[in-house]
Amino acid sequence: MTVRVLFFSLLQDIVGDSEIEVSIPDSGDGTTVTELLTTLYEKFPKLRDWESKLLIAVDCEYADKNSTIKEGQEIALMPPVQGG
Amino acid sequence: MDSILETDRWESTELTPAELGRYARHVTIPDVGIEGQRKLRAARVLCIGAGGLGSPIAMYLAAAGVGKIGIVDPDVVDLSNLQRQILHGQGDVNRLKLDSARDTLSEINPHVEVETFPVRFTSENAREISEGYDLIVDGTDNFATRYLSNDLAVLTGKPNVYGSIFRFEGQVSVFSPAHGGPCYRCLFPEPPEPGQVPSCAEGGVLGVLPGIVGCLQANEAIKVIIGIGEPLIGRLVHFDALKFRFRELKLRRDPECPVCGENPTVTDLIDYEAFCGMPDEVKETSADLKEITVHDLKARMEKSESFLLLDVREPVEAEICKLPNSTMIPVGELSERLGELPADKDVEIILHCKAGGRSAKGLQILLDQGYTNASHVIGGINAWSVEVDESVTLY
Repeated sequence: MTVRVLFFSLLQDIVGDSEIEVSIPDSGDGTTVTELLTTLYEKFPKLRDWESKLLIAVDCEYADKNSTIKEGQEIALMPPVQGG
Repeated sequence: MDSILETDRWESTELTPAELGRYARHVTIPDVGIEGQRKLRAARVLCIGAGGLGSPIAMYLAAAGVGKIGIVDPDVVDLSNLQRQILHGQGDVNRLKLDSARDTLSEINPHVEVETFPVRFTSENAREISEGYDLIVDGTDNFATRYLSNDLAVLTGKPNVYGSIFRFEGQVSVFSPAHGGPCYRCLFPEPPEPGQVPSCAEGGVLGVLPGIVGCLQANEAIKVIIGIGEPLIGRLVHFDALKFRFRELKLRRDPECPVCGENPTVTDLIDYEAFCGMPDEVKETSADLKEITVHDLKARMEKSESFLLLDVREPVEAEICKLPNSTMIPVGELSERLGELPADKDVEIILHCKAGGRSAKGLQILLDQGYTNASHVIGGINAWSVEVDESVTLY
């Protein structure tokens, strides 16, 4: 299945884009955020440095690693920023 | 949502005719009225930081008639602040930011009581400083103080109006577990590694961005004080200034949150610098790192001694100023570009950056790789500018 992944702030430097389409293997009834992250880590190994440090949202709603994702959803990965 | 103020607080607050005249455009709005203006008059808001975000926050809250504004910030005004920190002007360079802030806010609205705390906000002083304030507005510039502001707000039951910025992007939310929303730790339970997220000094920031984000924070502060509209509790807004897009994320409380969850493990303020990994960094970078002064460096240059002067700043900084005969490798790329250094690890290398922080990090990288004769310049090129050569731009 295919989902759209949005990258914010520094993650855009790693991925080279602010949003991409990602295909993840699934058994038909969706998969989890963890599976998506695993796929992304293979493509962009430096994303692994952000493990457990990102705000994740599925279709603009807070999600954790066990959250289910489905075909066509939009997953946002947002790192913290500190500036003021 | 109701006002965060207890009714007797604002009911006992009266406005003078001069104040009523000043706030005419507020009291004309049915949702604000004289009652709303009295709530603002009764409110006490603590702003953490008098920088990019703190400037519009404090200025608009003062203009709006918030009765008491406290500000915490230990810094003095630097020339490079003026691109965005509109509390301060040219004549304030080298003054305490809070002296400048007090002058600006008093000029905007003499009816506002301004309390200044020109100190670092720490676990030791945070409770005392925040006592008597109704609301915390987080406009600080580092993760340790953000976690401190968050935990303090949760532990004392005060809303925390959060904003942070980087380059062209900003985040805003109102953290208030007392009103059913999450706190900062529900979103970001683990801080990033030290150095993983650049500060505005390292990464840069568009000057107008804190103006936009700080105004959004001031707006939220005013809403929760008056008790109107839908405060940004349980939601986080991300603003992208380049795409001009506001994106709203729905948040939720983490029942396992260490500070606002069902079984909290953080029940008092902690050592936030340790939590954010800073002491380790200091330990690593202060012990056994050979330092030289800018005067030593100048003497060495004049004797034409042979060494590699390694500038570990970003290329754009070299366009502002640079030292002669230096080689540039940004500290973030140093590990990957060691091949560009002499193969002989006993060759002398002197690292410098802007102020000495990044050169210490770079020196540690070289030492870890087995370089035996490396040192770094205390105070960086800024010290060179002040103590050796004024014609080198101080930034």
